[in-house]
Amino acid sequence: MESRLEQQPVNYKISCTGLSKSFGNNNNKVDVLATMDLHVKENEFLVILGPGQSGKSTLFRIMAGMETPSTGTVTIDGKKVTGPGPEIGFVFQRYTLFPWKTVLGNVEMGPKLRGLAKNERREVAQHYIDLVGLKGFENHYPHQLSGGMKQRVSIARAYANNPKIMLLDEPFGQLDAQTRILMEQETIRIWEAEKRTVCFVTNNIEEAVYLGDRIVTLDGKLPGKLSHVYEVDLPRPRDFTDLEFLKLRQKITDESQLVL
Amino acid sequence: MENSKDRLILKILPYLGILAVLVIWELIVDLGIVPNTLLASPIQVVKLFFIKLNTADPDGAVLAVHIATSLKEALLGYSLALIIGIPLGLAMGWFVIVEGLARPIFEMIRPIPPVAWIPLAIFWFGIGLTGKAFIIWASGVVPCVINSFVGVRMTNPTFIRMARTYGASDWEIFKQICIPSALPMVFGGLQVALAASWTALVAAELIAADTGLGFLITMGRRLLMPDMIVLGMLMVGLTGVVIGVIVDKVEKRLVAGVRR
Repeated sequence: MESRLEQQPVNYKISCTGLSKSFGNNNNKVDVLATMDLHVKENEFLVILGPGQSGKSTLFRIMAGMETPSTGTVTIDGKKVTGPGPEIGFVFQRYTLFPWKTVLGNVEMGPKLRGLAKNERREVAQHYIDLVGLKGFENHYPHQLSGGMKQRVSIARAYANNPKIMLLDEPFGQLDAQTRILMEQETIRIWEAEKRTVCFVTNNIEEAVYLGDRIVTLDGKLPGKLSHVYEVDLPRPRDFTDLEFLKLRQKITDESQLVL
Repeated sequence: MENSKDRLILKILPYLGILAVLVIWELIVDLGIVPNTLLASPIQVVKLFFIKLNTADPDGAVLAVHIATSLKEALLGYSLALIIGIPLGLAMGWFVIVEGLARPIFEMIRPIPPVAWIPLAIFWFGIGLTGKAFIIWASGVVPCVINSFVGVRMTNPTFIRMARTYGASDWEIFKQICIPSALPMVFGGLQVALAASWTALVAAELIAADTGLGFLITMGRRLLMPDMIVLGMLMVGLTGVVIGVIVDKVEKRLVAGVRR
């Protein structure tokens, strides 16, 4: 085991080793994540699947550098993560657009704060607004957009920073079923147009099978621990009603231990 | 048909209410239920209004001069309150050093009612423009500071975290994120400050002045002219409403898109 680990090439984009997390002090300790290892390859679409209360958001925040693990380390390109940085782009479940900025203003916020010249950041922002399919909505304010459109802006905004890694935390959790499916298709289209290493957190098995190159599942009780890993080698675009799709979906459902 | 009739009645009702009050008021005075030396009738007030438009007697100035004096004092004190209060409050909300330095002093001064400053203000500045402006400043600056402070403190922490991942400096985050997100609160403070300053202004003029709407009311009492007292009161109310509407208009223009 030891020797195999050492032989592995270090070209993982993200490496989590010996990671665990507990909150509180000695008397009142809650273990949220059991010790785990997780490696993500470059340009891989990894889905972290788990029900509520499985510690997946904590795992997400640790990978994002927003939370320090109790043990273990997270490295990106071999470098230890110490805080949130420009190499990571975020999309959250709750809409986090700046309400006082237009679509264009939101998307060019990152480049602006990075100090890009005006025409340069305009160009970058416009490119990603076009990519997510919001051409013509540049001057709309967030409150004038639907939920799906808001998440498109969030994706464009994250991309505009040119991150190496995209972290998405249940981005479509608040959307209705139809918009959700549309956004899943769009996510794949955007990702195939401009590949990034993606970690996508969800509690929806169908969504996981549709999106992921690989799915890791977390057990549905604390402390969360990685229970299964599924390689998904279905061709894209995937079909929700394809037999192989349904088989995998059923397999994951059977093997996941949902604790209500 | 029925519906439009209902709507018409709803539109007329407020005017009917006002008319009813005026008629009852007029009758109370005309029928001698309240002696005319204690209360002027609406018609008497309107008559005096037209007289005061171009007659300086018996209080020494025409109505426009009184209004102009009060407005000038209000404008000066109010603008100073905004210019000093808003930046101070915003800075207190974001920069720990500013909060540490300014907060204790502010908390000491805050519970003192602005009217309590009047005697000192007369000592220091006399009964002219400066003294009044100081009182108005003292009463307007408090809500400006509090609302700006709270506005910055209420900034969505995700926005701040996100800006940090873009590599923004503290100053940039303050400028680009905290200030715009605090704007609705700041403008709420402007309205509160306006009400507070206008009240304080009239109080100050009642005690010490040679022109101004408060002074007009005081003169009405000294000259035993209830119509002048009521006229002064009405003009205070009316002018206050007009300023309030202007501030509201400016607010709407400036924070377009911020309100969801």
